[in-house]
Amino acid sequence: MAVGTMKETEKKDILILGIESSCDETAASVVRNGREVLSNVISSQIATHTVYGGVVPEIASRKHIEKINQVVREALKEASIGLKDLSAIGVTYGPGLVGPLLVGVSFAKGLSFASSVPLVGVHHIEGHIAANYIENKELEPPFPCLIVSGGHTHLVNVKDYGDFEILGRTMDDAAGEAFDKVARAIGLGYPGGPKIDAAAKAGDPEAIRFPRAKVTEHEYDFSFSGLKSAVLNYLNSCEMKNETWVQADVAASFQAAVVDVLVENSEKAILSLKAKRFAIAGGVASNSALREAIEAKCRAHGVEFYRPSPVLCTDNGAMIASAAYYEYRNGIRAGLDLNAVPNLKLGER
Amino acid sequence: MKILAVDSSGLVASCAIAEDGVLCAEYTVSHKKTHSQTLMPMIAEICRMTELQMDTIDAIAVAGGPGSFTGLRIGSAAVKGMAEALGKPVVSVPTVDALAMNLFGCHDLIVPLMDARRNETYSGIYTFEGEELRVLKEQSAVPLEIMIAAVNEMDKPAVFLGDGVPVFKKQLSEQVKVPFIFAPASCNRQRAACVAVLAMKYFAGGKAEDAAEHAPEYLRVSQAEREKQMKCSGTAGV
Repeated sequence: MAVGTMKETEKKDILILGIESSCDETAASVVRNGREVLSNVISSQIATHTVYGGVVPEIASRKHIEKINQVVREALKEASIGLKDLSAIGVTYGPGLVGPLLVGVSFAKGLSFASSVPLVGVHHIEGHIAANYIENKELEPPFPCLIVSGGHTHLVNVKDYGDFEILGRTMDDAAGEAFDKVARAIGLGYPGGPKIDAAAKAGDPEAIRFPRAKVTEHEYDFSFSGLKSAVLNYLNSCEMKNETWVQADVAASFQAAVVDVLVENSEKAILSLKAKRFAIAGGVASNSALREAIEAKCRAHGVEFYRPSPVLCTDNGAMIASAAYYEYRNGIRAGLDLNAVPNLKLGER
Repeated sequence: MKILAVDSSGLVASCAIAEDGVLCAEYTVSHKKTHSQTLMPMIAEICRMTELQMDTIDAIAVAGGPGSFTGLRIGSAAVKGMAEALGKPVVSVPTVDALAMNLFGCHDLIVPLMDARRNETYSGIYTFEGEELRVLKEQSAVPLEIMIAAVNEMDKPAVFLGDGVPVFKKQLSEQVKVPFIFAPASCNRQRAACVAVLAMKYFAGGKAEDAAEHAPEYLRVSQAEREKQMKCSGTAGV
């Protein structure tokens, strides 16, 4: 990435088009000055992938290329602006599924080149964090942030715009992945997060005591594969003993185990960093039990709690535009050789 | 008429600018398959060297498939992005037709063979009648044996080209019954100039699409869909 100047744009509004295609959502949005959403268009493929029990990368890639122009067009139209009004185009270039990422990256490069609008590559997780800036105009770094989604589970210290320290991450499955796998096992189907959340409301979270995994070497790290196995073992043993199990109770007990671990590590981060603010982000941040538990913990410690509304928790273009804004302000630009990086590390430039 | 054309359907990355009867620029690289990093800089380079005013282009053409799924999408997505910015239409040219265009004027059977893996080839059969490219067998994903049988049945001399030639050379020499030759390096792989020339005809004939409508023609469903279909037909058959 090259460093550019921004003299010419210092005074006027900075409008950024954000493009996101890292998984199964084709999304585009126009955001003014990093915080004000003028449009936020999301074309979801969930229905397509449901029959396969999860996202099929090749099918996702095909859907992205069929929808990307329409989504971008709609985002510009809703914002009532043209390409020439943009200061930059931000695009997710990792982490994510390589095929889907390549559609967004290749499209954005073509759009940027032919319109002479500068390009900014955005880290998907940094986008999720930035979703909080949109929802909470007063929020500024530093603050610790818990990012939980289908592909990611990170506890991050956001030191400044574009400056991140990873405190902990999952050693195996992402939290959302565990939700998907358990949902499939107990017959709820895909996508697991919202379905378990709904089913758990009618269940007893203390019905079954599933393990709360601790990663001993790194106090902020997570592990969810043991928990997932424990649920599968529980279902098997019930079957062996000819006992019935209650879907709502398994959902509630599993969810409680996930939430406990996420909250415990978050609390540790709040205390050791003496944080005044704490934020959550990512698809699983819409989970009602997680929100309530973290909010309660923050209240107990006198910490301000921030979270995006559900539409900004799911993958979207607005969060990418917001993250791109702070990169743009830092003078960061992508070249036409920008590639998709499926395992891009947080904070990597 | 001015066309910017792109082909990233295989190992070759290629882009070209053609105006009426002139090829203004062509940049073709057959090296490593890193199209996502190389294709756009190559396009930018030929635009810079020809001092191209992007808004003077009539349409943007792309080898629209078949080919490597990812390669096709890198080309198509870049073209859809450029076309969106410029408000210009996209002309999708069948990859195998464009390959056949390499052998302009050839009155023998022109048989491009792309390696499609899984013992198949993306192929078709063509010939020239005067200046016109005639499609004798439309491009499709088929086992090599079917292509060889079709060539033998047409009973005319044939020219083979494409990245499938080195892969299938042994079977071709054993099974093809008509006289045949292999096209040389100068005209045996994808070239965006060929895409551009065919695109001019398509565009003149009204065969251009809005950038939003364009998607690659894969000629194959995804592996997940294939397995699902097999599973369904399997249970239905039992």
